[in-house]
Amino acid sequence: MLTDLTIAEAREKLRAREFSAVDLTMAHLHAIETLNPRLNAFITVSHSQALDQARAADEALARGDARALTGIPLAIKDLFCTVGVRTTAASEILRPFVPPYESTVTAQLLRDGAVFLGKTNLDEFAMGSSNMTSAYGPVENPWKRLQDEDAVLVPGGSSGGSAAAVAARMSMGATGTDTGGSIRQPASFCGLVGVKPSYGRCSRWGVVAFASSLDHPGPFARTVRDGAILLGSMAGHDPKDSTSADVPVPDYEAACRRGVKGLRIGVPKEYRSDGMPAEIEALWQKGLGWLRDAGAEIVDVSLPHTKYGLATYYIVAPAEASSNLARYDGVRYGARQDGAELSDMYGNTRAAGFGAEVRRRIMIGTYVLSAGYYDAYYLRAQKVRALILRDFNDAFQQVDALITPTTPSAAFAQGEKMDDPIQMYLNDLFTVGANLAGVPAISIPAGLDANGLPLGLQIIGKPFDEETVFAVSAEMERAAGFTALPQLRAGG
Amino acid sequence: MSLDTATIRRIASLARLTVTEDQLEPLAHELNSILGWIEQLNEVNVDGVEPLTGGAQMAMKMRDDVVTDGGYPEKILANAPDRAGQFFAVPKVVE
Repeated sequence: MLTDLTIAEAREKLRAREFSAVDLTMAHLHAIETLNPRLNAFITVSHSQALDQARAADEALARGDARALTGIPLAIKDLFCTVGVRTTAASEILRPFVPPYESTVTAQLLRDGAVFLGKTNLDEFAMGSSNMTSAYGPVENPWKRLQDEDAVLVPGGSSGGSAAAVAARMSMGATGTDTGGSIRQPASFCGLVGVKPSYGRCSRWGVVAFASSLDHPGPFARTVRDGAILLGSMAGHDPKDSTSADVPVPDYEAACRRGVKGLRIGVPKEYRSDGMPAEIEALWQKGLGWLRDAGAEIVDVSLPHTKYGLATYYIVAPAEASSNLARYDGVRYGARQDGAELSDMYGNTRAAGFGAEVRRRIMIGTYVLSAGYYDAYYLRAQKVRALILRDFNDAFQQVDALITPTTPSAAFAQGEKMDDPIQMYLNDLFTVGANLAGVPAISIPAGLDANGLPLGLQIIGKPFDEETVFAVSAEMERAAGFTALPQLRAGG
Repeated sequence: MSLDTATIRRIASLARLTVTEDQLEPLAHELNSILGWIEQLNEVNVDGVEPLTGGAQMAMKMRDDVVTDGGYPEKILANAPDRAGQFFAVPKVVE
């Protein structure tokens, strides 16, 4: 099946002309036609544009102009602006929005020859951990509980559509964004590799902003090497993003072959929370064993402020969101609701255009930034954030990388954890620290739980040392030998 | 610290979100629950700690203050909910 190939394999075969880029794209469009009505992973499928791009890829291959991703079909989270293709952020307020410009990350993927299949579903404005807050309906996780095949599981979030698309073989890879875990948590729930690079590694220009100091674009793939190929294309300095880092992009694929011999791997003791499921604890120990067997040294470390990460995040992220989302006023773009006066038009547009979770976060953010409360909430959170960064810096004095579970549980069912926002927020317990500190982290599929659902382990590295993170991830991938497949997939 | 419905109304107005009367109580309940959970940050000793504003551990780059883009009003106005010629149109502000 063409849809089962990795990006690395497909690239070789395209270059050898074993099949055409049009064949490869058609196979994925067919998979989308078959599976998407059920999984709802794509909000928009760009059928004819994808075929045009595939034909152009075939011409490039015929000329001998093969680039890193020539002819590779990808799915794009509907948070990346794509010129001429509707970009909704899964919100009613952007339902009619067709960007006149291309985000830097997607422009770089196109520069390298990629084919875009369409725009994937997400939690509204990337605010959520289940894809349940999308105005375009929830996404179904292609994985099923062995004992309960009728339960409809969430793919995680916010990049739930991207994760479901890659897991179900509707796409070979995808873009995502990760503000508190929105790439790594869905990767863990869907048995994928999810890469959140260092802050500043991938440009945020043209990505609909949620919390600017925490938003990280990054890729989803089915192998660590494919993640390295995609990040290599997406990364790089962009003068249009003032926080984009002007540092060279190394060869991530080569880093995957480095091995871990002699590396010092840290185990943060504060991640061993009470009530962690025994099978997740066991998988963590197993992962450490793989690295020890491969010649790494395992070291206990401490990140003392870990437990304050989520509360810090739920001040900083809503504060930045309330500011970023002020632009949706019904004047220049998006859906407008009428009002007798200008202020009514603003209020009605925003009340109708934003869903409940987005309104809740705007309210929290507005409150913590308001006069009289700024110091008590926002300023204090920024100081705790500094302590969290200090924890990581101290740990990285002793070790080259950290290993933790990615999530406190496997994928849960639609409707679960919906009554209390804080229960949903706890999904990001292990992932949020890397966003607050801006350090790179990858989730890899490491095993299955008793229900046959994938569980991820997270590898966290030093700022701009994605290479070590890829080296450790690739070693763990080899040792894990994860070959399980989701029940719902192309050809499945 | 507990938010009452008057405060909720004030925050909604600052945030330019129209809130109906029947939404005030549930919103107050939700926000109080989240803020109560956030209060745990008060346990942390932050004396002498400089606030961290962002994830970038580097100084921002300077660039020349010049126009690098633009000159296509039709493309920009194509997404406008309402327009008048080359302008965005909004409800009348001044009688």
